[in-house]
Amino acid sequence: MRKMLVTDYEKCTGCRLCELVCSVKHEGVSNPARSRINVTKWETKGIMVPMVCSQCEDAPCMAVCPTNARIRESELGTVTVNYDRCIGCKTCVVACPFGAINFDPIDHKVISCDLCEGDPQCARFCETGAIRYAEASDANKMRQREAAEKLYESLQKLDGAGVS
Amino acid sequence: MALNRKIAYIDLSSGKVETKPISMEMRKKYLGGRGLDAYLLYNNTKAGVDPLGPDNVCLVSAGILVGTLASATARTHIAGKSPLTGYFGSTNMGGFFAPEMRWAGFDHLVIRGKAEKPVYLWIHNGEIEIRDAKDIWGKGVRDTQSIIREEMGDREIKVMTIGIAGENLVRYANVMTEIKNSGGRTGMGALLGSKNLKAIAVRGTLDIKIEHPVEALEYNKQIISQITSAKVSQEQGRLGTLFIWGATNSQGLVRTRNFQLNQMEDSDGIEPETFEDSAFGMTGCFGCQVHCRAKYIIPDGDYKGTYDEGPEYTSIGAFAAEPGCTDLTTILTGNHLVNDYGMDTLEIGSMIAWAMELYEKGILTDKDTDGLDLSFGNEKAVIEMIHRIAHREGLGDILAEGPLRAAEKIGKDSIRYQVHVKGMSNLHSDERPTPALALGIATASRGSDHLRSRPAIDLYHLPEAVLRQIYSQPVAYEGPLTSDYTDYEGKSWQVFWQEMCYMAVDCLGICKYHTIFLGPNFPNFEEWSKLLYYNTGLELTPLEIWTIAERTNDLERMFNLREGLARSDDWLVDAYFDEPTKLGIPLIRDRVIDRDKFKQMIDEFYAFHGWDEQGKLKPETLKRLGLDKEPSHLL
Repeated sequence: MRKMLVTDYEKCTGCRLCELVCSVKHEGVSNPARSRINVTKWETKGIMVPMVCSQCEDAPCMAVCPTNARIRESELGTVTVNYDRCIGCKTCVVACPFGAINFDPIDHKVISCDLCEGDPQCARFCETGAIRYAEASDANKMRQREAAEKLYESLQKLDGAGVS
Repeated sequence: MALNRKIAYIDLSSGKVETKPISMEMRKKYLGGRGLDAYLLYNNTKAGVDPLGPDNVCLVSAGILVGTLASATARTHIAGKSPLTGYFGSTNMGGFFAPEMRWAGFDHLVIRGKAEKPVYLWIHNGEIEIRDAKDIWGKGVRDTQSIIREEMGDREIKVMTIGIAGENLVRYANVMTEIKNSGGRTGMGALLGSKNLKAIAVRGTLDIKIEHPVEALEYNKQIISQITSAKVSQEQGRLGTLFIWGATNSQGLVRTRNFQLNQMEDSDGIEPETFEDSAFGMTGCFGCQVHCRAKYIIPDGDYKGTYDEGPEYTSIGAFAAEPGCTDLTTILTGNHLVNDYGMDTLEIGSMIAWAMELYEKGILTDKDTDGLDLSFGNEKAVIEMIHRIAHREGLGDILAEGPLRAAEKIGKDSIRYQVHVKGMSNLHSDERPTPALALGIATASRGSDHLRSRPAIDLYHLPEAVLRQIYSQPVAYEGPLTSDYTDYEGKSWQVFWQEMCYMAVDCLGICKYHTIFLGPNFPNFEEWSKLLYYNTGLELTPLEIWTIAERTNDLERMFNLREGLARSDDWLVDAYFDEPTKLGIPLIRDRVIDRDKFKQMIDEFYAFHGWDEQGKLKPETLKRLGLDKEPSHLL
């Protein structure tokens, strides 16, 4: 079984508490520039999307790493960095299709989500449910249920309008 | 660490920028945010300074816990001598500006002088640059931010800016950040405008070290649960501050038609729940799990399809209850316009409703309004007046001057219909049945205000034992307390206590919705003491934080006294004493404030402060709080 961070932009309020707790947990500081998760926003449209590493099964960052420093931890399935091998070339930063790998401006190293050893703080603190830590095979279930609910509601409206 | 952020002195006349550290001694005396701003204003201005002249200062600050793990540490404080009241000018806004300013290395900005041509400040990781604002002058709040971000090529830049109202020196112009975070009271937007300062843009990637990160994380989690488990927060998170309007209007505590009534009766079409159809989710400030702002699209009218956030309690007050309108689109449009022009919703709503009553009474005629029908209930006129005030056109030019100056210009007894304290309009609530809330607005340091000392929980009729538990910490109080909100007994202590409570969080940079404002079980001096320690390492007892709040409140008082404030200014307009409430639940009907009892409340309030009968600090109070050598020019 693999667990993953499931994000839902419709629930995100854009508060960036995830960025704060991430940087405190990993670096002992408040500094979103050093967070492994970021909220991307379109302020004038009210759109907020949390972006974080998906721990891809066929990870581009691993494929492009010239020193094989991107490695998969067996226990949680996370893709992490072996800093002894990492040369800081940032190829992974560019290769990630989600832009989910950051370059730490203070320590000058690549950083990405390590799921906080199985207790991701971003999900723990996110009360709206915009970030959840869930079994990957169940990740779609909540969305599926919500979609089903919407479908059900529209069917009922059709019934009410005497269409069906 | 969180305590190493600097203060920058920026002289826009000479272009000189100087940065200094903030000593631990000053931190322990004033913390930061509004507290240190009180010190800086008292020390950097001379008595009688022209609020719109180059010698007034514009102070911008972050609270000492901003950016840290303390549940909602987002607040930016802006201060200066008020262009609206001539007294202590101070406003506080949420959003993301203050944390970014701290990540950029600064806690306080002291901006003096006046730029020759429009400029904006660019602050980045310890550096401050004064830049040409020709591309953003004349732009609205939203476009200004987009243009700066595009020009700098960084979407993460946070900007606080004035809109067109600030450029036109509307005396209640806001400072704004993002879509709707508003520094809305006392006209700080006009202060920036008078300095030719359009905006301040910040971007920072410097660490704020958390002193005890493990404890800070765990304690923050606990504090968040303490707040979000409360029903009141959940309602805030669903409906925003509209829910307060709904709850108080149902009782009869809402100012309607310029104080002619105390309840809006035909409100079915604009009850808080009706807004949910136009909204598509909630948003919030930095780190906050309450998320009290709705995201909405204007459903029809001239601005159909436009995105904005809110509306708030005051939006219904300003664009519905006060002008007697019942249209949802007018509220959503009005809210959008004041956000983009950068104007105080509360003040503009009061000014328009006042003009409507003057029109009703024949004091203003069609000639004065250039033919605009200013009858109560005319929704188009409300929207039109917003444009005219922002651009200072016709009657708008007079209304842009605020309550007292506008009344002087119009003359003809028009002042009689003003609802203000110290030249600033009252919130669109009705305090005639609630002496505690009335005392709060009468004595607030920035003029009429509901966020300086309002014991809002008084409206809950809490049992006396619960009140005693809240109001006898961190200093002992054995006097009377009563759960009846129409009573006068013990209310002056509650107001005094809340004044310390709100000052404390304004120094820390925490939102008032995370204090004992709406939730009786919310964080308090005890919790703030721990939050300070875990996050910054600063060790202050709850009592020491209380004393800092006393000191800073009194320093604001000293500023006001220096500018000529007298006891007679701590008072309400006659309607509070002479015109009984007509509507609402039985407990609220037929209420006025009793002059003698109110006078006694003020006496008590002064005595708690250690002020004499005239409201001046007694020598022993000055000494006890270490204010006897002010101005001391230590920073």
